[in-house]
Amino acid sequence: MSLDQLYQQIILDHSKARYGSGLAGVAAPAGASTGQSHQLNPVCGDEVTLRVAVEDGKVAQISWDGEGCSISMASASVLSELAEGMTVDEFQAVIGSFREVLRSRGKIHADPEILGDAAAFEGVARYAARVKCAMISWVAAEDALNQAA
Amino acid sequence: MALVSTPATLERAVPAMDNAEVLRIRNDFPVLGQLVNGKPLVYLDSGATSQNPLSVIEAEQEFYEQRNAAVHRGAHYLAVEATEVFEDARQTMADFIGADYAETVWTSNATEGLNLVSYALSNASLWAAQGRGDARLKDLAVGPGDQIVVTEMEHHANLIPWQELAFRTGATLRYIPIDDAGALRLDIAAEILGSKTKVLAFTHASNVLGTINPVQELVALGRQAGALVVLDACQSAPHLPLNVKELDVDFAVFSGHKMLAPTGIGVLYGKQDLLDALPPFLTGGSMITTVTMERAEYLPAPQRFEAGTQRISQVVALAAAANYLTETGLDRVHRWESELGQRMVAGLESIPGIRVLGPAAGQERIGLAAFDVAGVHAHDVGQFLDSRGIAVRVGHHCAQPLHRRLGLTATTRASAYLYNTTDDVDAFLESVAGVRSYFRV
Repeated sequence: MSLDQLYQQIILDHSKARYGSGLAGVAAPAGASTGQSHQLNPVCGDEVTLRVAVEDGKVAQISWDGEGCSISMASASVLSELAEGMTVDEFQAVIGSFREVLRSRGKIHADPEILGDAAAFEGVARYAARVKCAMISWVAAEDALNQAA
Repeated sequence: MALVSTPATLERAVPAMDNAEVLRIRNDFPVLGQLVNGKPLVYLDSGATSQNPLSVIEAEQEFYEQRNAAVHRGAHYLAVEATEVFEDARQTMADFIGADYAETVWTSNATEGLNLVSYALSNASLWAAQGRGDARLKDLAVGPGDQIVVTEMEHHANLIPWQELAFRTGATLRYIPIDDAGALRLDIAAEILGSKTKVLAFTHASNVLGTINPVQELVALGRQAGALVVLDACQSAPHLPLNVKELDVDFAVFSGHKMLAPTGIGVLYGKQDLLDALPPFLTGGSMITTVTMERAEYLPAPQRFEAGTQRISQVVALAAAANYLTETGLDRVHRWESELGQRMVAGLESIPGIRVLGPAAGQERIGLAAFDVAGVHAHDVGQFLDSRGIAVRVGHHCAQPLHRRLGLTATTRASAYLYNTTDDVDAFLESVAGVRSYFRV
């Protein structure tokens, strides 16, 4: 597998223009129920703090702060863009699907119909050392969602 | 004309290492001959763990094929053979670092060696409080009001055991800071160290900065304060001639796997009188004289600190590794690696967006360089290099406080050994030069 299959254009783009980045400067929508989760990978120092705001059973907003490699930052950005507007159930299903692909060691292909831009992380599943980089914001989102929903 | 050779001129007559010799050396290391991601492996992660020459691999295999038995017990042939090679290896390692035989203690690795010393010291406090053991334990005991001093550049292995010793005994942990170039602030060290300082622990060579610390000056400060001096020799013992008696440290530790030997074996050096006075860390079989149901009396060093069945095959392999390095000549290895280190730093400094940690090009450093690439996380740098067959280490290299001091969370580190050529360094530099454009920064 070539490096370009790991670092797909979508990932490189999102690692720079980070959707939803900047937790402190963005207030959650008034009246929304929120949950927040901080996740740290002590092995590499990747760190994400992510807040999910839920309103009328839908993900109204995701905001996050983070530091880490391009995979981890792009993953948080893609997740934030993807989830907004989804129902809580839809988002939970997407998180489940993403996790299944990432933990499959490349055996399960990502369905772009379900995962959208997050399907670009399929290649990460073949790099065991990088799976946690892609997963960190999704773990945070799941935890925050459980608090908010 | 009379030809008189002094040892100094003889030494000069030994040619320096060059790429041709390194290519011959590489033939001894089977693992280095492989392709990684379709490219010849360029292994620049020896600071984390080194590769094994055939003589080391064969020494371990030969032990299991011909001599395997538990040492220091049993009257049979194999037990005698095993004990002999095990204790011969101890003499080899003692000679390797300029120590005496009984001052050379086997450990799993340097981390265990440092934990051993720190636990022996808190045990000293417990023993002294109850009047048990050697009268000198009163002086060695660490307690409230005492000080333990480390440095800001330590590997976690030479920091956390001292944090925990401070916690167990009520002592205070202090550290010698570094300056922006990564050198220890000896002026501040002189202020910190005093009559309350019981332990001064520092690394000989930094695993991140590549600096070689001024051991002589630090030992002098330690002696003045009456402190025990503990040397982390993990990045020096494998790479340069080390003589613990000349350095006059009280304890020194290093790991076998960083010096061509297998994992799971390391050495603790301690001055004989200290080792014999200190209480043991781990207790159990093979380290006792008399045992009753109530208590036990312990052997002197080294057995005092070698409870349980030892790592015999690894000990034998470690001695083979030391012999390999001695035969190559550690002074030559050191000079070669210094050249590689300079080549790395000079090359890295010429690449835009690269910040090298530690001494600038032209200043003394060992054969490693850690660096930051502006706009690209170290994990991505490492992944990019791996795709070109180049193995480096990424992360905080078990030195979080040092990285924090330098304003970084993770860096990339290339570390060379005697089996690396200048071509290895050049391939590495060429790839690093392509990192920022690949990640479009």
